[in-house]
Amino acid sequence: MSFFILIILFAALGILLGYAAIRFKVEGDPLVDKIDAVLPQTQCGQCNFPGCRPYAQAIANGEADINQCPPGGEAGITALADLLGVEAKPLNEENGVEKATLVAVIDEKTCIGCKLCIQACPVDAILGAPKHMHTIIEAECTGCELCLPPCPVECITMEPLAKTLALWQWDKPTTSQQKVVS
Amino acid sequence: MKLWHFNGGLPSLAEHKNESVNLPIEIAPVPTRLIYPLRQHIGNAAKPLVKVGDKVLCGQKIADAQGMISAPIHAGSSGTVISIADHLIPHPSGFSAPSITIETDGLDNEIELTPHTSFRQLAAGELVDLIREAGIVGLGGAAFPTAIKLNTQGKTIQIDTLILNGAECEPYISCDDRLLKERANRVVEGIEILLYMTGAKRAILAIEDNVPDTFTSIQAAIANNQNPIISAAQIPTIYPTGGEKQLIQTLTGKEVPSGKIPADIGIVSINVGTVHAIQQAIIKGKPLTSRVVTITGEGVNKPHNLEVRIGTPIKALIDVCHGYTKHAERLIMGGPMMGFALLNDEIPIVKATNCILVASKQEVVTEKQAMPCIRCGLCASVCPVSLLPQQLYWFSRSEQLEKAERLNLFDCIECGCCDVACPSHIPLVQHFRYAKSALKVQNHEKHLSNVARERFEAREERIARDKAERAERSRKKKAALKSKPAKEEIDAAVNRSKAKKNSTEGED
Repeated sequence: MSFFILIILFAALGILLGYAAIRFKVEGDPLVDKIDAVLPQTQCGQCNFPGCRPYAQAIANGEADINQCPPGGEAGITALADLLGVEAKPLNEENGVEKATLVAVIDEKTCIGCKLCIQACPVDAILGAPKHMHTIIEAECTGCELCLPPCPVECITMEPLAKTLALWQWDKPTTSQQKVVS
Repeated sequence: MKLWHFNGGLPSLAEHKNESVNLPIEIAPVPTRLIYPLRQHIGNAAKPLVKVGDKVLCGQKIADAQGMISAPIHAGSSGTVISIADHLIPHPSGFSAPSITIETDGLDNEIELTPHTSFRQLAAGELVDLIREAGIVGLGGAAFPTAIKLNTQGKTIQIDTLILNGAECEPYISCDDRLLKERANRVVEGIEILLYMTGAKRAILAIEDNVPDTFTSIQAAIANNQNPIISAAQIPTIYPTGGEKQLIQTLTGKEVPSGKIPADIGIVSINVGTVHAIQQAIIKGKPLTSRVVTITGEGVNKPHNLEVRIGTPIKALIDVCHGYTKHAERLIMGGPMMGFALLNDEIPIVKATNCILVASKQEVVTEKQAMPCIRCGLCASVCPVSLLPQQLYWFSRSEQLEKAERLNLFDCIECGCCDVACPSHIPLVQHFRYAKSALKVQNHEKHLSNVARERFEAREERIARDKAERAERSRKKKAALKSKPAKEEIDAAVNRSKAKKNSTEGED
């Protein structure tokens, strides 16, 4: 008798679990989303993957290391290490070096309107038409430098970001708290 | 009148008022140049309405508000616009920002003003529009557009109490005090306008108890006016009792919740200088083009309370004060507690400037060697917002900014009480300012990276869609070719050309 009760119980629980697995299925991979949120979204491909999300996918699958993102830099690596519970390590020099964010600027006199840079831009930040001058939407440029190699007349340069009040911050006080040696 | 207390504060700061408190307000001369930064207020920068070379009149609108939270700017004297370009602005960063520069012609020709002496004939909404058009912002230092504060339309909470902030708690500053002494009747008339606009049940004008003669003069003005719901209150001189939330707590016992504004608890609080500007804007029809500024400190020969045209370079005012003394060490906009150092005296007075302090070496808080925190807790006991400065310091210093944010870092009013109280001379406020601005930059960067992610994903999607569409088109073409045998098509073409040939031959 008790045997049948157990059978019924197990069957009921099995159905419940089966239903829950369908009803509460998680769309996408939450780990990939979390890693992607930490990455700088420069979409530069210096990590050898075609964008930040593919790199996040590769990290989640264990196919890539956490130290391949130069725009993220040390801070990015630390954040990834915290997220994944692994040791932080120095940036892999094969992928590049950490540097300040720049924006691309097209020399509009030299531009021949070949459209090659538009095709290269991962965030559609370049505006232009065939045989007409192109220009860069500064606010949307991530500074990935992917538009530099395709340009046949080398009219694109990387410039430092203009200082704005939105990005200004107070200096951190120097903690010159010296130990008093008696 | 029953009064309450806020936590902590510094009762011993009521010093250095004597230098300027007894000096009557004098009118500063028209300077040769007036410089108007386009962003003098919280919100969007104003949009220029003039071009280089245009002639302008005193009181003419030269830049218009852009968007909801913004304020227009008016010329302070007649003259010619000589440039619209970057100019040093009064900001701790020392940056330049777009500004309109006017060369004055000395004639001071004014536009025709439209006074509204019987303001009760206008609806509250119309008065709000007049105040917005007059470019009035909070003159106590925050420079928040006043019209937004006073707009009661579409708001669910009825305004119950109107608080007029005459508590000038920072050392050295005396511009509001002089205004109350000399122009009490105008301020009281301004209060009447505000009561009519907001429908508040009472108005309380708060004044610190270290200026009893001001209290007497304002009481006389109130008695003259004979409106029983307007009253004046003398409050204890405890720094920073002039802070908006601290003053509300002192007068009503109510605390404005974190992240909320006074209107959420049925209170509107307005600086007395702003009330004066509102009275001038409605009764006289005058836009905000001047304000009272205290010029003081051991670095100037003769301290002054001046009615200054907004846009006047500081240098012109120093000349009125008979120049710098040899002790002049640092130029500070605002008071010694919450003010910030300026790069030079080319910087103009803006709407929010209440004081220019030319400090001597003794007056500048000398940078003492910071010692380690001994966790004495003095900072927490003086904090008027009841924060835990030592914890905030700990997290700010070690870059654990999210933790500092969770301890309500953004409620810090940067009053500097903890700095003064700290026996180890730790520059606490400096750490908090750093942490706040670093968090803001982080959030901004987060926003930019989210935008980049969206654009990248949208592009990937578009490329995939284009590819699918191309594949679909070429598949259709191939299918069409297959369904129609090539032979038939060729035959049809041959027949067509034959027919054409025949017809042309027939014509011959």
